Amino acid sequence: MKSTYARNVAAIASLAVLGTTAACTSFYEVPIETPIQAKLDVSAFRRVLVAGFISGGTDDVDANMETVRLLRSQLRTKTNLRVIEAEVLPLAELADEHSRKSSTTGVEPIAPVADLGAPTAAPVTAPQDPAQAAEAATIRSRKDLEQYERIFADAAFWKKLGEEYENPLIITGTIMFSPQQTARFETENRETYDQLGRRIVVPTRTYRERKGFVLEPKFIFIDGRTGATLYSETQRREVLYPTTQSTPALASYFELMDQLIPDFLGALSTQKIRGTRILLR
Amino acid sequence: MLFRTLALTAAVVVLAPSAYAASSSARSNGDARSEAKAQVEFGIKAAQNELWKEATYRWEKATELDPTYAEAWNNLAIGYEYQGRFEDAEAAYQRALKLDPKSVLIRQNYDLFNEINIRTKRRRDR
Repeated sequence: MKSTYARNVAAIASLAVLGTTAACTSFYEVPIETPIQAKLDVSAFRRVLVAGFISGGTDDVDANMETVRLLRSQLRTKTNLRVIEAEVLPLAELADEHSRKSSTTGVEPIAPVADLGAPTAAPVTAPQDPAQAAEAATIRSRKDLEQYERIFADAAFWKKLGEEYENPLIITGTIMFSPQQTARFETENRETYDQLGRRIVVPTRTYRERKGFVLEPKFIFIDGRTGATLYSETQRREVLYPTTQSTPALASYFELMDQLIPDFLGALSTQKIRGTRILLR
Repeated sequence: MLFRTLALTAAVVVLAPSAYAASSSARSNGDARSEAKAQVEFGIKAAQNELWKEATYRWEKATELDPTYAEAWNNLAIGYEYQGRFEDAEAAYQRALKLDPKSVLIRQNYDLFNEINIRTKRRRDR
């Protein structure tokens, strides 16, 4: 009897506390989507052409093909632009040809797509062993990449390409995807227990070797009507794993691209960042 | 006795207008706050129903009615943030924090907003 009475009193008291708390609630958590404006006004374009990239670094991933494929699929699903499905430009070859032509004839623009299969002018350099030539053309560092970058300033080339695809927004650039290795001392906290069983955290320095990849893309947005560069953006991401872990290069490439894609899309369309805020009374 | 009555009357005559003014000012301040509170409440309901423009309008009203109402400034900042009006949101958050510097909740909102705002500014400058 007594315990029933006590239980009732406790229930009434807890209800009263709950009621008071509810009445005094002076804040409300609300979900919020903060819009971030696009960096580039693309309202003049209805179509987009991801033309191709000059890629370098490791041979384990064809960064040109993979980047074009990934960007096209992202643009198709996340923007209102119509993505043009065209052959991926072998931009490194074109840029190489471009630099050879401009060194012999000055500023003459090269043919972007239509003349791709046609024979080109003979190179001015002496004939080389094909293996040697291939090695010489391989892009291993950012410095190697620089000599090819002149093609992006060739407005006539991009204008001609634009005309072929009804003046779209052209996306191109460079992609460096290179292996990375680090070895250094790192401080980490290690837990131990003393004689009395108390937990102690001891900072210890450990020599650690890691390997992974660095991804450095430069996205260039070109107006297909004029061939002029509208905007360009360079990014850098790296991922490192313990040496014992074996991660395929392609998996690392996608891991890093996943981090870059929101920023890339942010150049073209308004992005929304989800979060919560507290409204107060 | 007569002197005391006269002195009392004089005091009433002198002090009454200022006392009235003080009381009416307090009353109007109270009215302003309660009217502002009503606007804030309405704004919260609107925001909970995803009507952010209406909510922002209500909180703007609330801050006009009572510019010392920190909570209204906080909500207004959130409303601006939702609409991508970052500069207005920044100013509103700062006003709210100036009025109530010890509010942990306003500070938390401001810190979350700042993360996005700084990122946006960095992107714009790139």
